Amino acid sequence: MSGLRALVRLTLNGHPVEVSCPDERVLLDLVREELHLTGTKRGCDLGTCGCCTVLLDGRPTLSCLTLARLADGRSLTTIEGLSPGTGLSPVQRAFVEHGATQCGFCTPGFIVAATALLGEHPHPTREEVVRGLSGNLCRCTGYAKIIEAVLAAAEGR
Amino acid sequence: MGSALPPDGFTLLGGRIPYIEGPLKVTGRAEYTDDLQRPGMLVGRLLRSPWAHARIRSIDVSAARSLPGVYAVLTGERYPTPFGVLPITHDETAIAVGKVRYIGDILAAVAAQDEPTAERAIALIRVEVEPLAEHTDPKVGVTPVTDPIHDRGLNGSNVQKEVAQHFGDVDAAFARAAQTVRVRGSFAGVTHAFTEPMATIAEATPDGRLTVWSATQVPHYLHRALSEVLGLPMHRIRVIKPEVGGGFGGKSDPLPHEIACAALALETGRPVKVLFDREDVFLTNHGRHPTQNDLRVAADADGRLLAYDLSAVIDGGAWSSFGTVTTYYNGVLAMGPYRVPNFRYHGRRVYTNRPPSGAMRAHGGTNVRYTVEVALDELAEKVGIDPFELRRRNALPPHSTTVNQFRITSTSFLACLDAVRAASGWDAAFRQLPYGEGIGLGCGFYISGSNSPIHFTPKMPQSTVHLKVDMDGGIAVHSMQADIGQGSNTLLAAIVAEVVGVALERVHVIRVDSDVSPIDLGSYSSRVTFMMGNAARRAAEDLRTRLVRGASELLGYPPEQIRVGRERFEVAHRPDVSVTYLEALHRAMERTGALTAAGAYSSPPMGGSFKGARAGTAPAYSFAAYVARVRVDAETGEYRVGKMWAAFDCGRPLNRLAVEGQIEGSIHMGLGQLMGETLNYRGARLMNPSLLDYKIPMPAQMPEVECLLVGEDDPEGPFGAKEAGEGPLVATLPAVANALYDAVGVRFTDLPITPEKVVKGIELRQREGRPWKGE
Repeated sequence: MSGLRALVRLTLNGHPVEVSCPDERVLLDLVREELHLTGTKRGCDLGTCGCCTVLLDGRPTLSCLTLARLADGRSLTTIEGLSPGTGLSPVQRAFVEHGATQCGFCTPGFIVAATALLGEHPHPTREEVVRGLSGNLCRCTGYAKIIEAVLAAAEGR
Repeated sequence: MGSALPPDGFTLLGGRIPYIEGPLKVTGRAEYTDDLQRPGMLVGRLLRSPWAHARIRSIDVSAARSLPGVYAVLTGERYPTPFGVLPITHDETAIAVGKVRYIGDILAAVAAQDEPTAERAIALIRVEVEPLAEHTDPKVGVTPVTDPIHDRGLNGSNVQKEVAQHFGDVDAAFARAAQTVRVRGSFAGVTHAFTEPMATIAEATPDGRLTVWSATQVPHYLHRALSEVLGLPMHRIRVIKPEVGGGFGGKSDPLPHEIACAALALETGRPVKVLFDREDVFLTNHGRHPTQNDLRVAADADGRLLAYDLSAVIDGGAWSSFGTVTTYYNGVLAMGPYRVPNFRYHGRRVYTNRPPSGAMRAHGGTNVRYTVEVALDELAEKVGIDPFELRRRNALPPHSTTVNQFRITSTSFLACLDAVRAASGWDAAFRQLPYGEGIGLGCGFYISGSNSPIHFTPKMPQSTVHLKVDMDGGIAVHSMQADIGQGSNTLLAAIVAEVVGVALERVHVIRVDSDVSPIDLGSYSSRVTFMMGNAARRAAEDLRTRLVRGASELLGYPPEQIRVGRERFEVAHRPDVSVTYLEALHRAMERTGALTAAGAYSSPPMGGSFKGARAGTAPAYSFAAYVARVRVDAETGEYRVGKMWAAFDCGRPLNRLAVEGQIEGSIHMGLGQLMGETLNYRGARLMNPSLLDYKIPMPAQMPEVECLLVGEDDPEGPFGAKEAGEGPLVATLPAVANALYDAVGVRFTDLPITPEKVVKGIELRQREGRPWKGE
């Protein structure tokens, strides 16, 4: 513990936010404990499961391995920032319709990763989807319906 | 994909029903235990033992207690009452008493104002121990040992449970057998690796009550264990199950940290949260038992089975957990889907100083099924018939009894075989693919719920569902069934909506809360669809009867002439004469106000009268036949499963989306165990307690899966349904192993099958001068 505190100014899900936190705080703790956004999940604290994936300036980022102060001056999007108003985004809707959630604990991370993937490749092949989701683990679905949902979202199905 | 209109006039059941909590889960709004906050909540931390086996001489907590910001430090003697999931093997305590039995055992629990303070307090606890002999080899533990791990071990050994069963005359069967096969299987320990680490919040309030929120699959067993250990009557304890991020058996025991957290809450009067990190999860384990088994199969010259002679030595780790059941299951679940007229089993589960083994998806059935199916593949080759033909000749018929008195009702096993043989193109591939490519068959059989509930006499129902409808027309559903992601809330809502004839969104499944949820025994033994489904159907029929009476009074026709329409009740021969659901409801409410209805399920009496006869009895069984296609790089030993065809008999599938999801997820878990997952130990120390070093399959490692749902209605299942949660796992492993044999001509019996073992197996076969498929 350094005892130092960092002042972090960032754009959180489209809104400016200023928050102070210990210097060594990781982004996951900032999001869950200080900003009270609990949609981002803590699965392994080691960057292996992808449950804590958020978007930093639009890029998928493992928040459990990222110091919170590195988010200063940047745009942070969490799962809570991906739904339009009260409805669902196309990726979210596809996950629901295709049964791509089971226990749901990995789901926010997958939705964030899939949203970034489709931002970069609006019409991905199956292989591109598999590669794009390779940083996320799911123990329930065998990934089949997750991949199906992402492809469906891309095709506007 | 949309929802195709289901058969038989159902509007929901039999179709593809998206999970009702899906919108909450995809938006991050579903609430898991760690997402909950209570005012003034303290941080609970556990001190874990660095010793594998030691007698505790002293624990000095004075420095930790006097640290500012520390509210409580507890050691084992505060709540020493032993507990355990099975009433006959209470050998755990919330916090270690007298001894520690594995690296990770809980020595003390701390509640503090924040994380750094809690960790400083943990570091200030001084423990003195006298080290004891470490036991890590279950084969040694079957004999008397120095310093046995528990006093209850048989004759001074570490044997927790020994089972010896003999049905028919196995020796006589072997004496007349034309063919025999022997397979000795070896299985490394594997673990559930659910994504949500365990978490518990407990809060004691001045009204004398204790509320516990916990990531549990079986709220009722937790409720009981809390009551027993803490000495509080059950009605003063309220157990709430938030969303649970996967369980697969790993959250089915009441666990020490849950009780320790509640103890801290009682001690401090403040809410306390205990949140696990991933290492805590691995050390808590309760995963699939490391197992060595040995199966001899006797058959006649046509491949008709005459006998199994089976033994198993099972590594239980430090506690009993479900171990008595595990010991039986590793034998009796060898029965089915075949007729085996003579059967002998000798099983021993042995304590070791390692993290406890417990129940994991297809508990007790996975390893023995592997050995059976690999042996039958070998038997077919010896007899000179196709593996499908061997299985057809031995299939258990419907409405039959196994030699150990399992009651078989529905089975579509033959239909599974036919469907998967056709879909996989088996006849053009088996033994005809080039060297390095292979196709294999593995079959499955699993219980659809345990007939023998762990805690109840047969007089108390295994599942209960309550419904409440007020004037708004929404139907609140209460039940302690535990949705851990498998979709049981969705099925519960769909059954009620289907029977009452209302839209799905009218039905609200209320979060499990022991204050209001009637008891259901929770998510284990693949019991929920069958048992909760029957209870839900009865509750909904009870409610429908009241609504029909209301409609009858309004329409002036007798109840037996009223038919349920969609959100309407109509006269059967005059559909133009009808009332709406709300009109019927409001009429029915005139006398009593809000309507309530109840349904319950108890499985019928079954099984023999010998010792252990109830183990493995179930009101129905699932059946499976899987075919795997593999491609092996014979140089490196790397292999890839390209496709799995999964024919499964779950009776009538009620939610196809969920059944497919269970099959696909089971294949993932089965492939993980087969291809690489291993709990690695150096002596008593677990070397890979992280998801970085314990690797579960990634998206790129999954094969394409084709689900073939071929079951016919089960006579006692809800609308004809049986389980689909655990049975889909067991056929996965042997299907791939038998495909590897077809590919490279090597029988693999030591799991996981790593590339190194593949290369060694091929080299050994070549040295023995046995060329394979024109290699």
